[in-house]
Amino acid sequence: MSRIAIVNGLLADPAGDSPAPGTVLIEGDRIVAAGAVTVPGDAERIDAHGQVVAPGLVDLGVFATDKPAFHFGGITRAALMPDQRAPLDEVGLIRQATRAGKPDFWVHPIAAATRGLAGVEMAEIGLMQRAGAKAVATGRQWIADSGVMLRILSYAHGLGLTVIAHAEDAGLTAKAVATSGETATRLGLPHAPACAEAMAIARDLMLVRQTGAAIHFRLVTTRAGFDLIRAAKAEGLKVTCGISPAYLFLNDQAMTDFRTFARLSPPLRHEDDRQASLRAVADGTVDVITSSHDPRGPEDKRLPFADAAPGMAGAETLLALSLNLVREGLVSMGRLMALLAANPARILGVDAGSFAPGSAADLIFVDPDAPWIVDSAKMAAAAGNTPFDRLPVQGRARRIMKGGMFL
Amino acid sequence: MPDFAIPDAPPELTGRALFPHRHLLSIADLKPWEIRFLLDEAEHWAQANKGQTRKHDDRLAGMTQINAFFENSTRTLLSFEIAGKRLGADVVNMAAATSSVKKGETLIDTAMTLNAMAADVIVIRHASSGAVALIADKVDCPVLNAGDGWHQHPTQALLDALTIRRRKGGFEGLIVAICGDVLHSRVARSNMLCLAALGAQVRAVAPPTLLPPEVEMLGATPYTRMDEGLDGADVVMMLRLQNERMDGAFIPSAREYHALYGLTPERLALAKPDALVMHPGPMNRGVEISSSVADHPERSAITEQVAMGVAVRMACLDVLTRGARGVEGWS
Repeated sequence: MSRIAIVNGLLADPAGDSPAPGTVLIEGDRIVAAGAVTVPGDAERIDAHGQVVAPGLVDLGVFATDKPAFHFGGITRAALMPDQRAPLDEVGLIRQATRAGKPDFWVHPIAAATRGLAGVEMAEIGLMQRAGAKAVATGRQWIADSGVMLRILSYAHGLGLTVIAHAEDAGLTAKAVATSGETATRLGLPHAPACAEAMAIARDLMLVRQTGAAIHFRLVTTRAGFDLIRAAKAEGLKVTCGISPAYLFLNDQAMTDFRTFARLSPPLRHEDDRQASLRAVADGTVDVITSSHDPRGPEDKRLPFADAAPGMAGAETLLALSLNLVREGLVSMGRLMALLAANPARILGVDAGSFAPGSAADLIFVDPDAPWIVDSAKMAAAAGNTPFDRLPVQGRARRIMKGGMFL
Repeated sequence: MPDFAIPDAPPELTGRALFPHRHLLSIADLKPWEIRFLLDEAEHWAQANKGQTRKHDDRLAGMTQINAFFENSTRTLLSFEIAGKRLGADVVNMAAATSSVKKGETLIDTAMTLNAMAADVIVIRHASSGAVALIADKVDCPVLNAGDGWHQHPTQALLDALTIRRRKGGFEGLIVAICGDVLHSRVARSNMLCLAALGAQVRAVAPPTLLPPEVEMLGATPYTRMDEGLDGADVVMMLRLQNERMDGAFIPSAREYHALYGLTPERLALAKPDALVMHPGPMNRGVEISSSVADHPERSAITEQVAMGVAVRMACLDVLTRGARGVEGWS
């Protein structure tokens, strides 16, 4: 079996802190050692030229298999949300999704918790797990029926699957497209109070306490929501949560002038919630940073704000924007890689996203300081719907290894 | 020649600098002096329209005005149509709400189509906030917002302001209570911004469920009790309950709403003795307003609002087309 040694790199180990000089030794498609490694004589030596070597990013909760965008962003695996044209609620669809990006990109489909994502009947979760589903999700929406949610959590727990939940109480959000507050009032947009998120989290945490299930809140974006997660973790519940860079670097004022690229679900929040989100990243409450990649073309976005589809193309900007957290001193590089790779892999139960022996040899070479400008017109993604258009950023994935092979 | 004459541009004005806008999309875009300029222009037309049997001016002769109403309307559409015709424009009404045109790409396509038909001014109403701005971005001619979602209805605010100015002489220190379904009302949003900019003390009076959050930043002080909101008011502007925009119950019943928030003669007595009653229409008599108040010969300005609507829209159509018509100082 071929052996590769990546030498002269700064290893951004999710289990560590700052990048440290070291070597990654790979055998076949697996990492066998990392750090102060003696390079075997028969290993092919690859010089990283002092660049940061990090695990390939594992993007937890995307809405499209958009390989060019993922490769641009240094993402080697993505967990695909069940909200597809045909919801991922059948074995065949799951099986098909697992094959979508191979061999140079892996898709881990997430099974719909309910048939048609309608929130009523439980889908064949167990069979979909056998077909390759790595988690179960409620989709873009909250399951309003507490009894259904209780049974999903209980059943998924029995299968060892994490339930990925959308946290917005639908009774409060109804047709809202914005967070209640100054911007929504000024623009005359249907809005809902930010507490819709905490309401949903509080209910689901009660059910988690009842069932012992593992739950992951895909996007938590409010101070009240993080307070609940923090308390639940302290209590020992199996709770994790994620966020995407949009909620860390934008507030609801980004919707001004009815910019539909800033139409997201959940909607962008007030500045105090944004600040709370940054604190939650810094103090370890947040486990995952996801791109929530959802490329949308003009058919979905060149519409009045309330009629436009929510979502943004985020894969390309995930790494560069997240690196701001390191520059601002909120997290170490190692911790960032835990947020972007190791933790999502752990939630999905896949051996990837780390330098631990046996982990998949999915690696990226990163130039963390490389400057570039986000340009919605020139993105690799299927569509350029980014609210960060024209923003100067720093940090690029220069080279990608997937399963021991450089792309 | 008609038996009245209004100069194409008032000689004392320096032209476009006083109104440097291509479109009229939102009161928020206007500075106080720009609002006053439009009111002054409208005042000329209000005088001209008054009692004249021959109301044509024809300064827009040869120009095509398209009224594209993606949402049903009777009075606003009629008002814009009359305004355009009195100025001599070729007015075409596109009742998009009843045609196959709905939303999505079609909206942009419709804008492009209207543009391709070489419209000289387009008036748009749409059920979605921001839709008019979206279309305005795609066309070459001036666009007037005739109401978009919950967002803005600038000509309504201007006609209300003109009505108030004519009756009260000005705005400084005037207490204006805007009462009813403020949450869903583009009229309220436009009026709060407009009247506050002109110096009035604006109150937003509504049940807590129908009051937008942080309404203060639109220039209004919130009141959730009608009696307190009406206390000492110079103008009481009532709003219609927008049941069609409500998703779920915002009030227990129309009966309770009338009991707590309906403008009755007894409740109107809390306002100043000469308080003006206004309503953008259409009215739900017996819900937000009693007939005896709505029809009060001295206090009610509701029919005057309708008359001012035509004047304001004539002024806006005139001002926004001056550049294209080559009016001196406006090109």
